[in-house]
Amino acid sequence: MTWGPQARYRSLPPKGALSAFGRPGGADMQTTPAANSPYRLPPPLFNARCRGCWFVAAVLLLVVASFATLDLQWAQFLSLDAARSMGRFVAEFFPPDLSPAFLTKVGWGTLETLAMSALGTVLAAVAGLALALPASRLHAGQRAWARPPTRLLLNALRSVPELVWAALLLISAGLGPMAGTLALAMHTTGVLGRLFSEAVENASPGPADALRTQGVGPLRVFLYATLPQVLPQLMSYTLYRWENNIRAAAVLGVVGAGGLGQLLSFHMGLFQMGKTATVLAAMLLLVALVDGLSYSSRRWLTR
Amino acid sequence: MSSHTLARQAALRDPAWAGRVFWSSAALVLLWPLAVATEFRPWVLFEPANVKVSAQFIKTFFPPAGGTEFLAMVAREAWRTVAIATVGMTLALVLAVPLTLLSTSALSVSALSGRMARGPFWLRQGLRWLLIVLRSVPELVWALVFVRVVGLGPTAGVLAIALTYGGMLGKVYGEILESGEAHPTHALLRNGSGRLQALFYGLLPQNAAELTSYTVYRWECAIRSSVVLGFVGAGGLGQQLDTSMKMFNGGEVATMLLVFMALVALADRVSAGLRKALG
Repeated sequence: MTWGPQARYRSLPPKGALSAFGRPGGADMQTTPAANSPYRLPPPLFNARCRGCWFVAAVLLLVVASFATLDLQWAQFLSLDAARSMGRFVAEFFPPDLSPAFLTKVGWGTLETLAMSALGTVLAAVAGLALALPASRLHAGQRAWARPPTRLLLNALRSVPELVWAALLLISAGLGPMAGTLALAMHTTGVLGRLFSEAVENASPGPADALRTQGVGPLRVFLYATLPQVLPQLMSYTLYRWENNIRAAAVLGVVGAGGLGQLLSFHMGLFQMGKTATVLAAMLLLVALVDGLSYSSRRWLTR
Repeated sequence: MSSHTLARQAALRDPAWAGRVFWSSAALVLLWPLAVATEFRPWVLFEPANVKVSAQFIKTFFPPAGGTEFLAMVAREAWRTVAIATVGMTLALVLAVPLTLLSTSALSVSALSGRMARGPFWLRQGLRWLLIVLRSVPELVWALVFVRVVGLGPTAGVLAIALTYGGMLGKVYGEILESGEAHPTHALLRNGSGRLQALFYGLLPQNAAELTSYTVYRWECAIRSSVVLGFVGAGGLGQQLDTSMKMFNGGEVATMLLVFMALVALADRVSAGLRKALG
C-alpha cells in the first residue's frame, strides 16, 4: 500500500476512466492511455480465486465447529452460583500464609525451581550440541547419512512438551526434582539441537575448509574453526531457553516433578488456600522477575 | 628427544588449553550445588528395581494400541484438543482486541501534540499492567484454579487459554501497532477522524499481515498447551494420556504420543504455510 502523493491524486477522476455511470469519459479520451488505473467496483465479498476468502471461511468453520462440538458449561460458569463459589474460592486465598517456616519452605522451592531450570538447560546444551553435529551437514562434500534420523529424533524430543516428559519420567526417576530436571533437559535438547545445527550449518565455511585441506580431523576442525564462530549464538540460544525453562519449571511440579509447582499442587490438593496463595505469589514473582530481567538485559544489549 | 619431534609436539599443543581447563572446572564447581539441590542422581535410573519397572513399561509401548474403538476415541479427543485451543483463542481475541484498542498509545489523540494527557496515560498504563498480569500467570495455574470452580472438563482449559493468551495477544498487538509507521494514523487523527476510522484506514492496512501471522502462531502454541492442560483435568488428549500413564498402559500411551506428535507437526506445517503466505 502506498501513502504517497499518488493516493491523493486518485480522488480526481483520472483521464480515460469510466465515468460514474459506467460509460467512457469521452470519445477523444479513448485513444490516450489511462494515467491512473481506472476505478473498479469493490470486489465481491467471496471470490473462489481469493485465497484470503478461503482462509476466512476456513477459520469461521473451525471456530463454529469447535464451539458446537465442545460441551462447554457456560450456564454453570456464568450462573450466580458459580460467581459465588468463585468469590468464596478467591476469599479463601486471604490471608496468605506468611509464617517464617513456610516462607523458608517456599524459598527453598523457588531455589529448587531455579536449580532445576539451570541444570536442565546445561544438560540440554551439552546433549543438544552432541546431537547437533550428526544433525548437520558440516561441509558440502559430506554425505551426512546421520542427518535425517538425528533430525527426526530432535523433532520427536521437541514435540513432546516438558510436562508430558515429566509425567513419563516419573516412572523411572521417581517423584521429585530429578524427573523435572530430566524432563526439561529432554524437551530443551530437541529445541537447542535443532537451533544449534542450524547455527553450525550457517557458519561461514572458510576456516573449516582451510583446516580440512591441511588434513586436520573432523573433531578438531569443529573445535578450532566452527565452534569459535558460532559460540556467541549458541550462548544466546541457551540463555533464551533458560529463561523459558524457569517459567516451565515453575509449573512442572504439578505432576509431581519438584519445585514450586509441587508445593502448589500439594497444598491445593489439601485445600490449604493460605499456603497456596503464598506459593502462587512466589511463582508470579519469579516469572515477573525473569521477564523484567530478560527485558532489561535485551534493551541493554540492543542499545 | 630430537628437535624435530619437539617442534611437532609444540604444533599439536592447544594454545587455549589453560583457559579451557579453567572454565570447565569452574562450570563443574558451579554445577555441583545445582545437582545437589535438584537431587540429581542419574545412577538411580540404573538401579535394578527401577530398570525393571522402566523396561516393563517401555516394553508395553510396542505394539502401539490399535482397535477401532480406541482409535475413534483418540481421534475424538484429538479433535477436542484442537477445539479447546480454537475456542480458547477466539475468547482470547474477544478479550485482547478491546484491551489493545484501549491500551495502545498509537490511537492516542492527546499524544499528537507532545505528551499524553495524564488521565489517558494512567488508563493505558493500568490496562497494560492488567495484560501483563494475565499473561504472566501460567495457563496451567489458571487451569488448576478453574478446574476447582467449574469442575473437570474442557471449560477450564478454554478459560485458562483465553485468559493467558488474551494477555499475550493484547500486549503483542499493542506493540505491533505502536512499532508501525505512525504518519498515516496521525494524519487521520489530526484531520478529525475518529479513533476507529484511524484504526481501520491507518493502522490495520500496514499491520494486518503481522497481526494475523502472530495470531496463527499463537493458535499453534495453544494446541500444544491444550494437551498439557489435559493433565490437570481440562479434557482432550492430555487427560486420556494422563489416565493411560497412570494405568501403565504403554500401548495406549504410545499411540496417543504418536497422534499428538502428528497433530503438533500438522499445526506447525499449517501455521508455517499460512505465515509464509502472509509474507
